[in-house]
Amino acid sequence: MSVTREQVAKIASLARIKVDEGDLDHFVPEFNAILGFVEQLSEVDTSSVEPMTAVIEQKLRLRDDVIDADPLTGGGKQAEVLANAPVAEHGFFGVPKVIE
Amino acid sequence: MSNYRIEGATGTWEVVIGLEVHAQVTSNAKLFSGASTQFGAEPNSQVSLVDAAMPGMLPVPNRECIRQAVRTGMAIEAQINAWSRFDRKNYFYADLPQGYQISQLYHPLVGEGQLTIEADEKAGIPEDKVIRIERIHVEQDAGKLMHDQHPTMSYVDLNRTGVALMEIVSRPDMTSPAEAGAYIRKLRAILRYVGSCDGNMEEGSMRADVNVSVRKVGDTELGTRTETKNVNSVRFVMQAIEHEVRRQIDVLEDGGQIVQETRLFDPNTGTTRSMRSKEDAHDYRYFPDPDLLPLELDQDFLDECRASLPELPDAKRARYTGELGLTDYNARELTAEVETFARFETLLAETAKALGKPEAKVATPVANWSLSVAPGVIKALGDEGDMANATPARQAAILKMQDAGEISGGQAKEIFEIVLKTGREPDEIAETDGLKQVSDTGAIEEAIAAIMAANEDKVADYRGGKDKLFGFFVGQTMKAMQGKANPAVVNQLLKDKLG
Amino acid sequence: MSDLTLLGVKAIRDGVAAGDFTAREVAEAFNANVAAASELNAFIVTTPEHALAAADAVDAKRAAGEELGVMAGVPIGMKDLFATRGVQTTAASAILEGFKPEYESTVSQKLWDAGAGMLGKLNLDQFAMGSSNETSHFGNVANPWKANDGSNNVLAPGGSSGGSSAAVAARLAPAATGTDTGGSIRQPAAFTGISGIKPTYGRCSRWGIVAFASSLDQAGPMARSVEDCAVMLGAMAGFDPKDSTSLDAPVPDWAGALNADLRGKKVGIPKEYRMDGTDAEILASWDDGIAWLKDAGAEVVDVSLPHTKYALPAYYIVAPAEASSNLARYDGVRYGLRDLPEGAGLQDMYAATRAAGFGPEVKRRIMLGTYVLSAGFYDAYYTQAMKVRTLIQRDFNDAFGECDVILAPTTPTAAFPLGDKLDDPLAMYLNDVFSVPASLAGLPAMSVPSRLNAKGLPLGLQLVGKAMDEQMVLNAGLAIEQRAGFDAAPGKWW
Repeated sequence: MSVTREQVAKIASLARIKVDEGDLDHFVPEFNAILGFVEQLSEVDTSSVEPMTAVIEQKLRLRDDVIDADPLTGGGKQAEVLANAPVAEHGFFGVPKVIE
Repeated sequence: MSNYRIEGATGTWEVVIGLEVHAQVTSNAKLFSGASTQFGAEPNSQVSLVDAAMPGMLPVPNRECIRQAVRTGMAIEAQINAWSRFDRKNYFYADLPQGYQISQLYHPLVGEGQLTIEADEKAGIPEDKVIRIERIHVEQDAGKLMHDQHPTMSYVDLNRTGVALMEIVSRPDMTSPAEAGAYIRKLRAILRYVGSCDGNMEEGSMRADVNVSVRKVGDTELGTRTETKNVNSVRFVMQAIEHEVRRQIDVLEDGGQIVQETRLFDPNTGTTRSMRSKEDAHDYRYFPDPDLLPLELDQDFLDECRASLPELPDAKRARYTGELGLTDYNARELTAEVETFARFETLLAETAKALGKPEAKVATPVANWSLSVAPGVIKALGDEGDMANATPARQAAILKMQDAGEISGGQAKEIFEIVLKTGREPDEIAETDGLKQVSDTGAIEEAIAAIMAANEDKVADYRGGKDKLFGFFVGQTMKAMQGKANPAVVNQLLKDKLG
Repeated sequence: MSDLTLLGVKAIRDGVAAGDFTAREVAEAFNANVAAASELNAFIVTTPEHALAAADAVDAKRAAGEELGVMAGVPIGMKDLFATRGVQTTAASAILEGFKPEYESTVSQKLWDAGAGMLGKLNLDQFAMGSSNETSHFGNVANPWKANDGSNNVLAPGGSSGGSSAAVAARLAPAATGTDTGGSIRQPAAFTGISGIKPTYGRCSRWGIVAFASSLDQAGPMARSVEDCAVMLGAMAGFDPKDSTSLDAPVPDWAGALNADLRGKKVGIPKEYRMDGTDAEILASWDDGIAWLKDAGAEVVDVSLPHTKYALPAYYIVAPAEASSNLARYDGVRYGLRDLPEGAGLQDMYAATRAAGFGPEVKRRIMLGTYVLSAGFYDAYYTQAMKVRTLIQRDFNDAFGECDVILAPTTPTAAFPLGDKLDDPLAMYLNDVFSVPASLAGLPAMSVPSRLNAKGLPLGLQLVGKAMDEQMVLNAGLAIEQRAGFDAAPGKWW
């Protein structure tokens, strides 16, 4: 399977990466080379195989319903959360106005 | 089958409705982080580094959120999947810090279930109807955008981000706005009984995405549907459906086509409009979240979930009409809200104990008291009353005196009013304030004798066959007794004396 | 005093504990080497003050007679994929330039708790995507090794942990952290003549490590000896409730249990790794390894890993798919770069920010991952790849029915010149052909240096063990290390 320029442009848009014509000039052939390579997976008969779900067999642990049980993953840290924001005002993150 | 039909210019239309209800799971902490689910006034104050999707942050699921979703599934008689998985739903939006929502697409926690909406002739629901529920899955809530605080910017508050939601997806089994409304009310009642969601629609604890399509009566193919997002009251859900139905029929009858799209409901106008911002987000690229393992629930966990389920609305209603002998109306009213039946059952137990009678024997007066007498007094009293004074023990004491014939219905109300105002004990009020019926036959006989003596003509008329005069004698006797005579005793004595 | 920067992890720790030298002296010596090696570009930022403060703390503890941690007095390099509180953490990407985390990764915190200090944040391939360290926004890292053929080319240090490998090989640090998604510890270790181990998936917490591909990413140590790797891995590993995939298992005393006597052990030689066109010197190095392990008492058996050839294609579906989602959070809203063109809306801002912030290789992989997950392709690509992953894991399980550890080359070639494969992403990807299978199966795997090739460049041998059996991997590595006698070091040209 190979992809067209339009498809690559659409993927870039879905991935929210702005591309120009020059980007597409190299992305399209690179993409097709890589897709051609991964294509060989279709040779493998996997009809009776389940997809891997856990790399190492173990059960998902569930944590107790306790607020801020571990301060590292708890709340109440507005300053830390906003510390690296490009735009933070009045305790909010600022983004260009969104029309819903 | 509902008889909801819309006459259009080209024929008669019917409606197909499916609802995806997002119910906020009642929990202390968020689904995948330890931040509190309480929304502080301060923006971004209940946000962990995990919720803000800082680089390298990882999700760890909250057991209580899973447990509540499982219990909810059990309450709608659903298949519980002991093996489920979290998937990532990928899209870009300012309220979604990770760039994906952790949800469940391929293997939801809860499978097929159902609930029953009750017949309601007035609303056009002629008989009980089963609405199938396709699935319940657990997912993260998104943050909140504020658009009106700055001329060129929207503000992002992540306090809500990562709060656990149950998405409860119905089959497209509803065919009228009334059925949709009844479905949401019933679902809300179940969630509140189970305790898995507070059901507070005004605060956004329950929101519905409303899928609506129309088709000509007789068509078997479903029409193209639209999805109106985040509608947050039963009334609005019904309005949104009504508006969408009219809009879709108008479009179709004008030769147009319905676009499968996401729409937004405007509560101010009762209309829906296309939601531009979500237009291009159709390819969500779901895949299993590699930060999480499959969720496997063991039998002990499932057993505890089931054992901790309370009596549910349908069962409770059946018991109220069956075992307790209540009317359908009373049973329905009492079981509609958690607070109502909780108060009723407490008072019922207290009253049965006070009277030394089985609950079934006192259920009807307690139900009447709970549904009409007490609310009437409370309402009339307004701010003057203090509900804290209305303890179950005091209310039971009033009901006990009434049961024993010591006080009349009117006196019960008066006593309850004083209880609410003062917190005094009913027995003492009845005694001190003279709010007791006289059952002393001597006093009543005396009064009757005087009345008969003063109305000999009427006594003769009565004895001559004017039965209706009996009411006159009752009234006169009660008046003479200043309303405090036990009416049953008065009746009996009058019958004896008048012959 | 002899040159402290020639010492490894254990020697420094023991020397500090014995009072042969102070931790401060060690930190100062390495800080000086780091400062003098800017030409290698191994560090994105240096943190000499952090190294000194940690050293002073260790010296004070020793003076107070307190117990010292297993890494006490050892200054290390920290791959710039680990979040370090208050110290810029970039994943070598412009999109995170200036980002100073308010938190510390679990692994780095454990190392500081064990008494290590930080010399600086090490360069890497951008978001750990690369095999040559040429995708970094902060420039290429130079391999301290040069070929003896007179070409004087600057060689790639391997990737993605290229800053780590270069720093350790050039004696800028006695050890460094690495992360391995498809070979990012082992391949650079092989390219620079050092050792490195990727433990079993889940041994080291991923909390606070900038994610590339969640089901593959695993941290591990890079050092100049097997024993140093064992010591440092012991400090890095351990259960972390903040990571749902963290293994809730005790951390064995790997260093204490090191034992190069392999009598009674079986070493598997996977026949599928003898690929056409593999460098003859690589094959010769492999034969050396076989002989050394036999010499250590092991029995050598042939094993088969039939789906080996599908590992790389499966990897190049799974890793980009996960990455495309993991990197969606870099959107210019909460941290890092924001590119907001005049009049742009939210979605335009995302596209502009990500176009400006991500390098070409990162974009390529995000787009590839977006494609393979998109509607209509998901099952054909992603589901199929995850099924193949099951088969690869099954291959290993079958093989480990017949052996205790697998021996193979780490890479198909020695280090190549910078720029050599830059125009051909696929050729670059093929460099990971031997390392990717163990990553897909989550198995512990290590590279140890074997010999220099004809051009005077180091080659590495790879050991792959059963899940949770890092000890066997380390023991076999030690047996090779003892027999290879690899003590070559790059001549200082920087």
